[in-house]
Amino acid sequence: MQRRDFLLGLATFIALIPVKVFAALWNKAAFESVQLKDAAKHLNINTEIPSADIQITAPDRAENGAIVQVEVKSNIANTEAIAIFVEKNPTPLIANFMFSNGAEPFVITRIKMAETADIKVVAKVGNQYFTNAKNVVVLENGCG
Amino acid sequence: MRAQLKGDYVEVKVLMSHPMETGRRKDDFDHLVPAHFVQLLTATLNGKTVLEAQWGTGISKNPYLTFRLKGAKVGDVVAVTWHDNHGATATQDIAVTEA
Repeated sequence: MQRRDFLLGLATFIALIPVKVFAALWNKAAFESVQLKDAAKHLNINTEIPSADIQITAPDRAENGAIVQVEVKSNIANTEAIAIFVEKNPTPLIANFMFSNGAEPFVITRIKMAETADIKVVAKVGNQYFTNAKNVVVLENGCG
Repeated sequence: MRAQLKGDYVEVKVLMSHPMETGRRKDDFDHLVPAHFVQLLTATLNGKTVLEAQWGTGISKNPYLTFRLKGAKVGDVVAVTWHDNHGATATQDIAVTEA
């Protein structure tokens, strides 16, 4: 093990803190919604405007739905937040990313997909919401 | 974790160790494994918040994340902290290097 790795491991400090402090920040209603439209409503997403300026890069076919890498980039100026949904997952809202202080509206992450579905992305720009989607064929359920 | 200057932005890649249990998976004894997942993630650049994320159970096990920062330079410190639904938390940090 390299010294750096060891020090990083040491820095990865694990501590128990009161759950309720952070639970208050987490949008429970949106993440526990089983319908995409309800999840969107709990994120205050109103009218959605389709936009090709949101780029979604994901495989056309995923062998294993447990790990589907997705890259999302918004080319819309002043994008504040990006929400990722998978319509046919048991709980469609996957993640909501909020950017500030020079962070670009860009993210790559790996998500779970229960079955063949659209990955839907909604970008928040001021009071407007822009959307795009990419279909992924899923061969094996990744939602356990 | 890695933070590299690539032209006019810094690309940060981070891999976290976490089971990300959905609460729907059954173990070998047919018992449901309780939900255990990261809910909040915060990234800072020299202590200033640049990214805040809320996650559900749909992020894959051992979460992977890449993000990009404008206006960051070599030597700046990027830190990523997560909190899960059990109240556990972990932080990683690293200085920006040339690509």
